[in-house]
Amino acid sequence: MRKCKTALLFLLLGLQATVAVSQETFSVNGVADKRMGVYAFTNATIVKDASSSLPNSTLLIKEGKIIGLGTQVIIPAEATVIDCKGKFIYPSFIDIYSDYGIPVPQRTGGGFNFGGPSQLTSNVKGAYGWNQAIRTDVNGSAIFAADESKAKPLRDAGFGVVLTHQKDGIARGTGTVVSLAEKAENFTILKEKASSHYSFSKGASTQSYPSSIMGSIALLRQTFLDGLWYKNTVAAVGNKPASEGTNLSLQAWNNNLSLPQIFEANDKWNNLRADRIGDEFGVQFIIKAGGNEYQRMAEMLATKASFILPLNFPQAMDVEDPNETRFISLATMKNWEMAPSNPAAFEKAGINFCLTAADLKDSKQFVSSVRKAMEYGLSESKALEALTKNPATLLNVYNETGSIEVGKWANFLITNGPVFAEKTTILQNWVQGEKYAVKEDGMQEIKGNYALILHTDNGIKNFSVDVKNSGSADIISKDTIPTKFNHDGKIVKLSFNETKRGKKGFRLSGVSNGNNWSGTGTDSSGNALWWTAGFNNDIAAKADSTRKKSAPTMGKLTYPNMSFGWDEMPKQETILFKNATVWTNEKEGVLDNADVLVTNGKITAVGKNLTAANARVIDATGKHITAGIIDEHSHIAAASINEGGQSVTSEVRIADNIAPDDIDIYRQLSGGVTTSHILHGSANTIGGQTQLIKLRWGANDDELKFKGADGFIKFALGENVKRTSSQTNNRFPDTRMGVEQVQMDAFTRAKDYENALKGPNGKLVRRDLELDALVEIMNKKRFITCHSYVQSEIIETMRVAEHFGFTINTFTHILEGYKVADKMKAHGANASTFSDWWAYKLEVQDAIPYNPGIMHNVGVNVAINSDDAEMARRLNQEAAKSIKYSGMSEEDALKMVTLNPATMLHIDKSVGSIKAGKDADLVMWSDNPLSIYAKAEKTLVDGIVYFDREKDAIIRKQVTAERNRLVQKMLDEKKSGGPVSPATPSLRQVNACEDHAHSHGLLTVEGD
Amino acid sequence: MKKYIAIICSFVSCLSTLAQETVYPEPAYKGLLFIKNATVHTGNGQVLNNTTIQINNGKIEKIGVDLSIPKDDVKVFDAIGKHVYPGIILSNTNIGLKEIGSAVRGSNDFSEIGELNPNIQSIVAYNTDSKIINTLRSNGILFANIIPQGQLLAGSSSVVQFDAWNYEDAVYKANGAMHFYMPSLLNSRPRGGGFGRGADAEADPLKAAMDRIEKVKSFLREAKAYNEQSKKNNANLKFESVKGLFNKSQHFFVHCNLVKEMLIAIDFVKEFGFEVTIIGGSESYQIAPLLKQNNISVILQQLHSLPTSEDDDLDQPFKTPATLQAAGVLFALTDEDGQTTGRNLIFNAGTAASYGLSKEEALQSITLNAAKILGIADRSGSIETGKDANIIISEGDILDMKTSIVIKAFIQGRDINLDDKHKQLNERYKKKYGLK
Repeated sequence: MRKCKTALLFLLLGLQATVAVSQETFSVNGVADKRMGVYAFTNATIVKDASSSLPNSTLLIKEGKIIGLGTQVIIPAEATVIDCKGKFIYPSFIDIYSDYGIPVPQRTGGGFNFGGPSQLTSNVKGAYGWNQAIRTDVNGSAIFAADESKAKPLRDAGFGVVLTHQKDGIARGTGTVVSLAEKAENFTILKEKASSHYSFSKGASTQSYPSSIMGSIALLRQTFLDGLWYKNTVAAVGNKPASEGTNLSLQAWNNNLSLPQIFEANDKWNNLRADRIGDEFGVQFIIKAGGNEYQRMAEMLATKASFILPLNFPQAMDVEDPNETRFISLATMKNWEMAPSNPAAFEKAGINFCLTAADLKDSKQFVSSVRKAMEYGLSESKALEALTKNPATLLNVYNETGSIEVGKWANFLITNGPVFAEKTTILQNWVQGEKYAVKEDGMQEIKGNYALILHTDNGIKNFSVDVKNSGSADIISKDTIPTKFNHDGKIVKLSFNETKRGKKGFRLSGVSNGNNWSGTGTDSSGNALWWTAGFNNDIAAKADSTRKKSAPTMGKLTYPNMSFGWDEMPKQETILFKNATVWTNEKEGVLDNADVLVTNGKITAVGKNLTAANARVIDATGKHITAGIIDEHSHIAAASINEGGQSVTSEVRIADNIAPDDIDIYRQLSGGVTTSHILHGSANTIGGQTQLIKLRWGANDDELKFKGADGFIKFALGENVKRTSSQTNNRFPDTRMGVEQVQMDAFTRAKDYENALKGPNGKLVRRDLELDALVEIMNKKRFITCHSYVQSEIIETMRVAEHFGFTINTFTHILEGYKVADKMKAHGANASTFSDWWAYKLEVQDAIPYNPGIMHNVGVNVAINSDDAEMARRLNQEAAKSIKYSGMSEEDALKMVTLNPATMLHIDKSVGSIKAGKDADLVMWSDNPLSIYAKAEKTLVDGIVYFDREKDAIIRKQVTAERNRLVQKMLDEKKSGGPVSPATPSLRQVNACEDHAHSHGLLTVEGD
Repeated sequence: MKKYIAIICSFVSCLSTLAQETVYPEPAYKGLLFIKNATVHTGNGQVLNNTTIQINNGKIEKIGVDLSIPKDDVKVFDAIGKHVYPGIILSNTNIGLKEIGSAVRGSNDFSEIGELNPNIQSIVAYNTDSKIINTLRSNGILFANIIPQGQLLAGSSSVVQFDAWNYEDAVYKANGAMHFYMPSLLNSRPRGGGFGRGADAEADPLKAAMDRIEKVKSFLREAKAYNEQSKKNNANLKFESVKGLFNKSQHFFVHCNLVKEMLIAIDFVKEFGFEVTIIGGSESYQIAPLLKQNNISVILQQLHSLPTSEDDDLDQPFKTPATLQAAGVLFALTDEDGQTTGRNLIFNAGTAASYGLSKEEALQSITLNAAKILGIADRSGSIETGKDANIIISEGDILDMKTSIVIKAFIQGRDINLDDKHKQLNERYKKKYGLK
């Protein structure tokens, strides 16, 4: 009876484990073998946690738990005593980012693809949510199955406990804390639901949406809103929303929100993206980092997040072949050099972090990787904390594990030195009170001098053997004769030659019984012998402490940390340009021999004979100064461009995935571009929200944004949205007739939605990010730039807009705009077009280079845009083509890439012309800016010189020198025997609007 | 025939037709024709001021300052204040084979199935009625090398002139070059690309590529032996089609960009003695002296390109011609931009002139150099006596879009009609809006 009660109590306590082989409710096949597992570890240096250690102490454990600790521990008779003299005891490590024991889903699908059919709904059966990548219902503890083949390498690396979860999907369900003991799962699961997991990657989901990182962000934001709505509805009406019914995914989402929230972001910019989602919904994510965060520590600190840092530092590449080395970017090489400093950078910044073995190919590299991070400045105590207390605290299990304290799990390591020291070996890893030998031989100290006696047919032979460690021993005679030696804790193997140069020798094999060894062997003639060996005395130990290595030298961190990055961000200056030809774009027209004064980022004066104290005077004699070029249609500096998973994706925002490390920012500055409108692609009728940026090279994603500008959104028409190039399109619409109905339907729904929000039950209306954007459009808070080609679709779209009471702000591409210019003017639309593109598909068969000229002459505000990372560097020349084709005036032509786009983007109050009070976004040209011979010599944004052709010449040399330094360093690494991987070209994603015929070179990957 | 002096008019007022279908090829002009008072950019590096060109039966007969112009039976064009250039040559294009870029399969005839198609001839599919051709003429391009595309050996290209009723009229040099598309020797494939796609890298792309190159070499070795037989019992069209390579009557055009690929192109000079031209050559600036040493010419495919590596000088593609020029490599520029279909060739040359070439060298890279590489320099590519009168007249500097307005063009002395579909649509809608 009493026994039953105890068992029940254990169950109620949450399956507190015993050391028994199987749990209480299971029947035993055979004879019961119940053990208490009482062990005393004596004479050890016990490192309780990162900040305290106990010398010469005893650790007492029972039933998997620590029951005694210190110098005064009374060792009970039932204890097995293990003498740990000279040994260290540490808490076992905790890996907070594992998928140990969890099935890895196989990936079958892909993202959005212009050529393939779409999967528009989830293919998961059951009462789940609409999107296959939201897998909140996954319960890590339910699918966990202990796997000794995976547990052993982790234990060997020092881990005792991991948080494991299924690494699949955008919302991944819950993780479970498990020990790595070889026991039934019933005992090893320490906390069933310990965390909730998220990422930007949809993983094995085959559903088309989302197909971009901004789509993933939108999906997460919408799911937060949906969860709230579901919860609030239940609270308000006592039932699930009738329009939704049971949604197990949302229910699980809401339940999981109370757990620690862990986001796998894996990159410095993605970390910020994840954190911003959290900020919006009051969640502080714990961020799984990618290893490149050291490049942006101020931004990391500002997230206030705890981080999980991987240790998969890049390997050097084999750079012997210069033709292959050429394609390894400086950014890749710099990252190779600096990545090991990532954990140290977090320590220096005072950010809470954990370390994980998750991204290592082999957990054997784990301790050496920690050591490498320590060489680069990570302290031992922070490293230990990051593997014990920090993860345990984040997971709310520090009361159970993460340090050596009475009452906690007996999870500890026995080592022969400080745990991360170079010559230290982990000897045993005890998990839940059970011993796992890592390197058993190390427990028995074997170092010393031994008297070896061989009993041969020819009599006795004596040798003196110096055993240095379990793998190395020498025969000491008049020479020192090396041997082949192995002592694995029990079995001893030794073979050697009698003299240093002789070939006669012995091969011995035996067993160690403490200090006395014995066994048999043969000599080189094949005669059998037997032998014994006994311990004589210690030998002088060589210093076993880690050799102090000098701190590794590294190149400078630059912004961005790549070629042409700044050592220090350029600053605002007071600049006076003297004697230039100034193209004002104002009623003053073009001023000869004029001066322009720039102060505090603004143009403060334009005129003749200006003076200014403290100004840097730039002699601009013979030069031309214009307003900075504004590219109304660009796809640079974004991590993704097209969310093509659905026909209406107004919920996605380019702003969510600005990518500042894009060399095209710097390249376009060299072409005089200062402002770019980063558009969503043209994969769907209603695309995503756009982002206006200024080309502040070196700034972070938020700093790039053009502040205070109106919001825009991309729409598209025609072949791309009906996926003409696909042979298997199944996504509505497939015709221009359908496109019009997609527009009508979207705004009709938005109108109803807006009314419902304003209605009596507005608070219970589901917030819909997609419709929010459309409501903004109807309320003239957001403006459309619409990809368009043929006249029918242009007219139709204007009529839909008029039906809903708004205006299409801009038609972009608009290659048949000349056919309906009068109607566009009447509607009030602007036009942003190409100078001379045509013939690349059926809908541009009537495109003509006279298009800008005709629209301009009819009175439409016309801009010339790039939609192309290369052409954006020559937009002044693209504008000049209208002089050639349409006889446009030079001033009007220049306005097509400066003032006109500023007007259509509603930013002409601050940019687009040269006028006192406007932003000092200026270009100094070597020649008439409409000439092919003109080069931008200086490009300023906000009065800061971001491009200077003379300085660029110096930077080029620095790039070459820095590349060479790093190549030499990689060669040295190879020479010194370090691991190298094959030279792999650094590929770069270049995004374009659509099926683009303009190649961007050998090293580019077309973005979707 | 009466004496006829044309004051060269701005284009619009010269319009005489209403649809491209009635832009007729010009019949041969018999007799004398003069272009006088011109600034002549000869295409071989010279500029001649105030010069008169005398053309007889389509050939340039005399060039001089003091040429006497007979009183009658001649056509005279007064080009005072204008710039005269040789007709521009587009060295590598699929115009006439591909009308609509994307998603209209029926309009595409530029890439055949198979890897060893040396017997394919682009000229037989060349459509002289392509709407694109006239838009190129309007920008001064009068000749083009029409190339087949594909894998490995894709067939032979032919040079056409741009004023013809059909391909037999158009051909200027038939099957002058055999095209070899070298497999990429970049040591990793671009991986799937984009968000949410799998990574399928080939096992050893480099070795696979080398094997394919060897396949071509084996083919050529067998073809050589085949063609050396006096009597052939088993006819092989593929072998026959490469006969000209071995006696250099046909050139070997190798499409490649990387240094390693170009070094392999040298094999074809060393082993087979071919006349080799590299098409693409984006990395050619790195091995210019080696190319010169092996007498390999280069057609630079697309000057208006981004630098290959993000570490490269910002203007690397723009200044590549200057490096080749300095090393003495024979090179031409071409323009294969998929969105503008060749019409900006002159501006690619203009960019080269901003980045290290002289304007005349830049001009030469789209005229005489191209003619040399395509094997038509005996008849075209420069304004020199004895050559065909392939000439254009521009309002100003043709390399600069601000002044590049072609007002006259002659092919073999024929005063061709410069109307095109774009001009016609321009007129149509100017009329609609009452614009001047």
